[in-house]
Amino acid sequence: MAIVYQKSKGLTDAELHYCPGCHHGIVHKLVAEVLEEMGLLDEAIGVCPVGCSVFAFRYFNCDMQQAAHGRAPAVATGIKRTHPNQPVFTYQGDGDLASIGAAEIVHAAMRGEKFTTIFINNAIYGMTGGQMAPTTLIGQKATTCQLGRTVEQAGMPMRVSELLSTMDGCVYAERVCVTDIANLNKAKKAIRKAFEKQMAGEGFTFVEVLSTCPTNWGMSPLKANQWLKDNMVPYYPLGVIKEV
Amino acid sequence: MAKELWKGNEAIAEAAIRAGCDCFFGYPITPQSEVPEYLSLHMPQHGKVFVQAESEVAAINMVYGAAASGMRAMTSSSSPGISLKQEGISYLTASELPCVIVNCMRGGPGLGTIQPGQSDYYQATRGGGNGDYRTICLAPCNIQEAVDLMQEAFDIADTYRNPVMVLMDGLTGQMMEPIEWREIPKRELPAKDWATTGKHGRDHTNFINSLYMVPEECDAHNAHLLEKCALMAEKEVRCEAVKCDDAEIVITAYGTPARIALTALDVLRAEGVKAGLFRPITLWPFPEKELHTLAGQDSVKAVLDVEMSAGGQMIDDIRLAVLGQKPVSYYGRAGGVIPTVEEIVEAAKKALKEAE
Ligand SMILES: Cc1ncc(C[n+]2csc(CCOP(=O)(O)OP(=O)(O)O)c2C)c(N)n1
Ligand code: SF4
Ligand SMILES: [Mg+2]
Repeated sequence: MAIVYQKSKGLTDAELHYCPGCHHGIVHKLVAEVLEEMGLLDEAIGVCPVGCSVFAFRYFNCDMQQAAHGRAPAVATGIKRTHPNQPVFTYQGDGDLASIGAAEIVHAAMRGEKFTTIFINNAIYGMTGGQMAPTTLIGQKATTCQLGRTVEQAGMPMRVSELLSTMDGCVYAERVCVTDIANLNKAKKAIRKAFEKQMAGEGFTFVEVLSTCPTNWGMSPLKANQWLKDNMVPYYPLGVIKEV
Repeated sequence: MAKELWKGNEAIAEAAIRAGCDCFFGYPITPQSEVPEYLSLHMPQHGKVFVQAESEVAAINMVYGAAASGMRAMTSSSSPGISLKQEGISYLTASELPCVIVNCMRGGPGLGTIQPGQSDYYQATRGGGNGDYRTICLAPCNIQEAVDLMQEAFDIADTYRNPVMVLMDGLTGQMMEPIEWREIPKRELPAKDWATTGKHGRDHTNFINSLYMVPEECDAHNAHLLEKCALMAEKEVRCEAVKCDDAEIVITAYGTPARIALTALDVLRAEGVKAGLFRPITLWPFPEKELHTLAGQDSVKAVLDVEMSAGGQMIDDIRLAVLGQKPVSYYGRAGGVIPTVEEIVEAAKKALKEAE
């Protein structure tokens, strides 16, 4: 019988702990497939964050480190500078990367650190139970902005890809989503391009994936997908933000 | 070998290179900035890595990444910067990652002063970050000893898979003195087969982690770390006793005050007071048994602790070791003021008088 589909060798057999409909698992699969297809699994060193993907080290079939909240880009800097020929990546949420770890990601981009960051923007703190993130949309409800985020209280949400694109050291930033097959394919291409550019030694590469958190958004997986398209995409435009 | 004149911070930096340090990550702060300055020039010349981090927080996490991937990694800072590193040090210890952290202490609290201090003793010897853990803490009292201890610091870190802190005061970092580059015997070190170097054909992934969702697993991990602490406490204690055989007053001090106390001993003895010095070289593990035995010695009437700290911090460990056998008193200056020989002599005489 012909095999038409099988799990990527880039993933272990560990059972994922993510909620039903959560995009973390889908993005794991894409990263794993890219690493496998590029033949990088034996070389790669990944860094997972504090956030729902804290246990990503159990799922990726490559060496992994778990970093303190927000510090993954600094940790990856320590790895990449001492292993300049190996693929290094961080996988981070929006609270981790855009809030507590804002300095680390900006300076990694500024230095042009030659690693790849996969940024899961689900507009919320998933792991801690749905608090407001720097990426939470105006009007979006979260447990620390129960009537909806307001500009007066919290300012406008942060567009991280655009911010990092202002750094010369950042050679590639693309925003994608995985709500449907067409977008999923684009997301995979973007992740592949990021790793290719890293391996070519060009500089810092960044893929932002707009993602759902059905649990903390209080929606079914399908409704969450639709909410993402209707609300996140207009504020966080999809596509290549920067390519050098 | 011929003696060479070196500045403390630069000597420490050079010693790190000679000890096989692969990478250094740091951030400027007085009075330790000569360490990153020296290494920024010399590490690349040796084909090694130097990165000026955006903060002490980033620097210690760069150390984490490099150490976890099998490298000999180091950072240095001074008191306020070391405070910022505490989260990272807790993670490093929890994840059992070897590294060397130099704290060239200044006076505190807050921004304090850029002058020398010893007010980070609690932080250095009690863990400093969150959780139950200890880092080995080496306290050199002159540049020669600092240089000699650097090789040991890296070797001890690798032996136990534990961060090692070299705790010196700003005076040792800033002064110049003649030293010689001695061959320090290297230890037999365990292979770093746990490191995340990339699988390279390994049949399993290596991962570095300090999160345990099951309480019993976290409890077991803590028990393992505690066992390691017991082993370090058994094997790594270092201290020095000077003129203690007949001492009636024992002065306890580490770092610069210990050096000043050496002169105070001579002054006291010239005046007929039999004074000795007990100097812990490892602040953790603390030489508890050694001091306990010394305090129990018949000749000893009193113990005087001298530190560059307002009310004394090491004095807690001194009291725990002396365990009430003899009276313990304190003399210290803080905020960058360095105790003088005369002040120590006076304090020693007073301590003796009060004991009698
Ligand atoms: C220093 C520190 N502060 C706070 C926390 C608590 N904390 C854990 S995860 C998290 C937010 C994670 O949100 P995000 O990065 O968006 O990831 P997600 O769970 O949404 O994927 C916070 C605040 C922590 N672990 N460490
Ligand atoms: S809480 Fe949200 S982000 Fe976390 S696993 Fe569940 S759905 Fe995913
Ligand atoms: Mg999030």
